[in-house]
Amino acid sequence: MDAVSTTANIVTNSNLLLAVIIPLFGSVVVMTLRNNPNLREFVSFCSAALLLILVLSFTPAIMAGKCLVYPVFHLLPGLSITLRVDAFSMIFAVVSSSLWLIAVCYSMGYMRGLEEHAQTRFNACFALAIFGSIGVAMSDNLFTMYLFYEIVSICTYPLVGHHQDEEGYLGARKYIVYLTTTAKLFLLPAMILIYVLNGNLDFPHNIFTGMIPTDTKSWVVIMLYIFCLLGFTKNGVMPFHHWLPGAMVAPTPVSALLHAVAVVKVGVFCTTRAMLYVFGLNLMTRLNLGIPTAYYVSFTIIMASIIALSKDNLKMRLAYSTISQLSYIILGVAMLTPHSIQGGLIHIVNHAFAKITLFFVAGAIFVATRKKNISQMSGLGRSMPFTFGAFAIASLSMIGVPPVAGFVTKWYLLVGTMEAHQVGLLLVLIVSTVLNVGYFAPVVYSAFFGKRPEGEVETGIKEAPLTMVVPILIAATVTIIIGIYPNFMMQFVRAVTG
Amino acid sequence: MDSLIIKEGFPLLSFLIFFPLAGAVVLLFFNGEKFARYWTLAITMITAAFSILLITGFDTTTAKFQFAEVHNWIPQLNIHYILGVDGISILMVLLSTLIMPLCILASWRYIKTRVSQFMFSMLIMEVSMVGLFTSLDFVLFWVFWEFMLIPMYLLIAVWGGPRKDYASIKFFIYTLGGSVFLLVAIIALYMKNGTFFIPDMMWHHYSMTFQILVFLAFFLAFAIKVPMFPFHTWLPAAHVEAPTAGSVILASVLLKMGAYGMLRFCLPITPQATFLLAPYILGLSIAGIIYGGFTALAQHDMKKLVAYSSVGHMGFVTLGIFVLNIRSVEGAIIQMLNHGVTTGALFLCVGMIYERTHSRELSVATGIGKYMPWYVTFLAFFALSSFGFPGTNSFIGEFLILAGTFQANKFLALAAIPGAVLAAAYMLRMLQKIIWGGTNNPDQSYLKKHDLGIREIATLAPLLLFVFWIGLDPQPFLDMMHHSVVNLITQLNFIQQQAPHVASAFMR
Repeated sequence: MDAVSTTANIVTNSNLLLAVIIPLFGSVVVMTLRNNPNLREFVSFCSAALLLILVLSFTPAIMAGKCLVYPVFHLLPGLSITLRVDAFSMIFAVVSSSLWLIAVCYSMGYMRGLEEHAQTRFNACFALAIFGSIGVAMSDNLFTMYLFYEIVSICTYPLVGHHQDEEGYLGARKYIVYLTTTAKLFLLPAMILIYVLNGNLDFPHNIFTGMIPTDTKSWVVIMLYIFCLLGFTKNGVMPFHHWLPGAMVAPTPVSALLHAVAVVKVGVFCTTRAMLYVFGLNLMTRLNLGIPTAYYVSFTIIMASIIALSKDNLKMRLAYSTISQLSYIILGVAMLTPHSIQGGLIHIVNHAFAKITLFFVAGAIFVATRKKNISQMSGLGRSMPFTFGAFAIASLSMIGVPPVAGFVTKWYLLVGTMEAHQVGLLLVLIVSTVLNVGYFAPVVYSAFFGKRPEGEVETGIKEAPLTMVVPILIAATVTIIIGIYPNFMMQFVRAVTG
Repeated sequence: MDSLIIKEGFPLLSFLIFFPLAGAVVLLFFNGEKFARYWTLAITMITAAFSILLITGFDTTTAKFQFAEVHNWIPQLNIHYILGVDGISILMVLLSTLIMPLCILASWRYIKTRVSQFMFSMLIMEVSMVGLFTSLDFVLFWVFWEFMLIPMYLLIAVWGGPRKDYASIKFFIYTLGGSVFLLVAIIALYMKNGTFFIPDMMWHHYSMTFQILVFLAFFLAFAIKVPMFPFHTWLPAAHVEAPTAGSVILASVLLKMGAYGMLRFCLPITPQATFLLAPYILGLSIAGIIYGGFTALAQHDMKKLVAYSSVGHMGFVTLGIFVLNIRSVEGAIIQMLNHGVTTGALFLCVGMIYERTHSRELSVATGIGKYMPWYVTFLAFFALSSFGFPGTNSFIGEFLILAGTFQANKFLALAAIPGAVLAAAYMLRMLQKIIWGGTNNPDQSYLKKHDLGIREIATLAPLLLFVFWIGLDPQPFLDMMHHSVVNLITQLNFIQQQAPHVASAFMR
């Protein structure tokens, strides 16, 4: 665990700029295609596909130990907008670009199925949100990350308030107030102070050294650390988690891609990027910041699960499940052992695919039956076997049952707790697993084996349109595949921990 | 006079002052409405074009005053006509000359009565603004300082809104009240030095009492102009009642005169008093930042909202100036430019709504995003810039100011942060209301055919260009001022080291 100075091969590559421009340009083109919905959706789809191919094309270089960078703007000495793709970026870039592709198909089915208004704005903002997420993934310094973090906040606002009704406005207001306030209140001073201390904001190329000068006073470091933990509020850590359930007023594809995947993952990605690259393992170990953080987020893990148990609205239950699961990622990294960090980071991927499946299912149920509450869904599995089958698979992943993706996370995390000699955290994992079973199993059970609510006819309900079912099945299949063959993503995770 | 680099040949600065004056004189004889508009636009555009020559001829490697012109004026009293620009004032001159054509464009249809008189006042404004930023003789400076009040008073009092009398008189009395003390200070300095040449008054070891008195006299005049909390009450009134172009000039240029005065006079002429009194001024700046933010959050009138946001933004500027290090002062100057660009643009935007709905109430303008997509696109960018969104101009200013403040005192910087949060809050609130509104918006469909015209886009586009130019590549702007700022701060610290007895514990 010593400071191995990994002098990475740094290669300038202009394709990085392209990766950021594709969703941005896609969004602009979408806006001009107001009157041609088919072409508009085709453009979204093509941008998503192009982006995925481009991101995957970075793989060989990354696996060869290279780090791709592309400076875009130089603002001040030590302050620039620079893009970077390293193994850590790849984890998130692959996830968000591949899920965008799936989500584009799904939202086409969903939005048309419900004949939603302002679909052009919806599609354009969707692409802009991906622009922000990819930017966050590919940022080379704290400033670039902050820039794209704020872009995500602003561009997702119209998506959250999409319905433009009283509830939508309230949810969206809560959303933007929480996210921008904490970013300004905590991140801005933290970033500027780090700039003053360090002279620049560039991330180092390993997870050990960090960028805080060694002679900084401990209280300043601890203050900065707390600012970073609280400032990236998108990570859903309590007590600043209220925006997430509030944002569930959004259309389901938004909840799925943004509030289960892109936005919240931007939050945890930034948090972990800050822990590993701004502070670094050496400093975190020296000041013993890891384990207190782990216990701090453990509270969120347990509390959110308990709240989830009490929610009857399916999307709400999923929202609290998200809050709980996100803290797994921070928990893993905070334990500061190689396996726990790997477990935490791979959960970015595993949780993404499983959670998007769950949200897609919630949307499909709504489109097919207009039902939102779990209590109304008993017996529904018999009419919608594919949808609920996918739900069952994703639930297993959330619980952490082999061979589904979530198991990989749990395995690494459990090994990590033992490496860190933390029995308390081991207990947290076990209790939260039991709680996961508690709030997912009844949904699946009653869907397949429960009785229909009184007065409802068995017939007349069938699966949602194919444009929705196919993405659901793809996402569920991927959840299984990355459970059985976790290696493709694990190679990036291993490259991060060295 | 060794602080000057005399300009041989074409007197560029004099041209920038007297060309608009000549243009104004012509308007006295030919006062057709159409002619007045085109003529003034042409005059301001030519002036703007010539001011670009300042950049090409400007030597960024020296802190001396360049393009200097020296002529005798009243030799008996040792009063001269001396002009010159350094890295600080050149940016202010450019801001003044470049914003003028946009103001004329914004008044194209807005001003319907006494058009040629309005244009005359605008040109006189330009004369006094450029004159003020370039004059290096204190009497000349003071002449322009007072001269500027008259056209501004007329702009508010003749073409203003319903409470124009109240607003214009308040503006006049406040500013005049402050400048009386300025005159006293000028005369006191003349008695000491026997000259009105500004650079000759700088960096002397005046007695501490003298410095404090002069400083306070300066400070009162400039603090009213900035305006610093608690001298700000004339500002919202003046802004609300002034016509769009008046608000833009007021926000973009006039407020900068106060901050410019602090940089040009307070710091170099009374350095020790500056060190002694800086902590109090920093306190006022923080108070202004927070107060401006909260008050802006409570406004229902868009113009008042932007006006109070100015109080907050200018609080950042004075914070940067009196933290007294290179980073923060550079940030303050950049922030002065930014405020000129962004707040000017926001006033233009509010004016455009007013022209259509005849109201500045937020509740009347709710939900127009659906019908005026181009308008709200511009508005959104300017609002983002106003609260310091990364990648826009204000971010650079705030970043440098806060970085400088963190360097000096961490708690002071943390105290200013809530101001940034409030800025985001009131700007996003305004954006939300204008773009979307709520579930029961007034019917805005009559605006459908009234999205921005070419003239209006031409007014806003240059400002948007500057928003991103300063935001993404601020180095050329910083290069211009760098040597002047370094010189200022170095001299200041040098004086301070020579007289350690007034060391202020706060700044350590």
